[in-house]
Amino acid sequence: MMLRILACAILLFSATVLSQNVATLRKQAALDQEVTTEPIANEITNDLKVSRNYPMQPPIIPHNIRDYQIDLNVNTCLACHSRRKVTNTQATMVSVTHYMDRDGNFLAAVSPRRYFCTQCHVSQTDAAPLVGNSFVDVKELMAVSKNENE
Amino acid sequence: MKDYLARIWRAIRKPSTHYSLGFLTLGGFIAGVIFWGGFNTALEVTNTEEFCISCHEMENNVYEELKSTIHYTNRSGVRATCPDCHVPHKWTDKIARKMQASKEVYGKIFGSINTREKFLEKRLELAQHEWARLKANDSLECRNCHDFAYMDFTVQGKRAARFHSTFVASGERTCIDCHKGIAHNLPDMAGVEGWN
Repeated sequence: MMLRILACAILLFSATVLSQNVATLRKQAALDQEVTTEPIANEITNDLKVSRNYPMQPPIIPHNIRDYQIDLNVNTCLACHSRRKVTNTQATMVSVTHYMDRDGNFLAAVSPRRYFCTQCHVSQTDAAPLVGNSFVDVKELMAVSKNENE
Repeated sequence: MKDYLARIWRAIRKPSTHYSLGFLTLGGFIAGVIFWGGFNTALEVTNTEEFCISCHEMENNVYEELKSTIHYTNRSGVRATCPDCHVPHKWTDKIARKMQASKEVYGKIFGSINTREKFLEKRLELAQHEWARLKANDSLECRNCHDFAYMDFTVQGKRAARFHSTFVASGERTCIDCHKGIAHNLPDMAGVEGWN
């Protein structure tokens, strides 16, 4: 029992200490303070493909998707991106992996487990990132390690 | 009954004995103005959003869905209300639509969509009526605001410009062919042409 209380105390303490270093939309303002929030960022809708940061990254959506209906009745994304529509729409076809079930069998239509597009694919806004990012592309990492080995 | 009708017919045919010609023509004219004005005023009352959503079938289903869409809430403050899209603006077309709407009065009285479940069940059929209507009149209600002749393709998105400058320009397609479900949720589209 004593141990449990101690554990809780440590957790609480570390949570308060750590939370002071976490970047939030409230800019670390105290609870009783009002913060002027940033205006809502604009969606990027330039229709330009953006390269992926790693090969398996779900590509982002470069257009407006306001009110696009994805539910039991209909998936409006597939009105352009499904296999049979891309001739007319010149949209990118949904990846072939999306026509596979989890055992790798190919289906005639988009697999139910891949049906909800916005679960992985999202549009972007022009908001400045809240925190810095030290992500390095794998190609650059390979170049660095190659230089080190030589 | 036959005698009664014959008596009315004789009364109408008989020249007036008490009222002057001036009173009858002027009175008829004024009564006509009042009737015509009253008729049009009543017609316009049925042509308001307020009137449409006075029925819960409209307020709780389609109106609720409209609220989050661009035709209701947007940056420029232009709002399309129910009659803007669902009632033609030209008088003769409007009267024709209003006569069709007597079916909707029937539906209201007999409660054909008076629950959410009934509405969802009937939704595809109702939507298909609207799509057929807009297809037949070349999306007239869309074009009341979105005039093709005034469209500037250079400020449209690339995708939009490509489709508008080809399919719509050639008359091969009309607005509703692509822009289904822009103001309300879509029903199950399996089997609808172009959606399967």
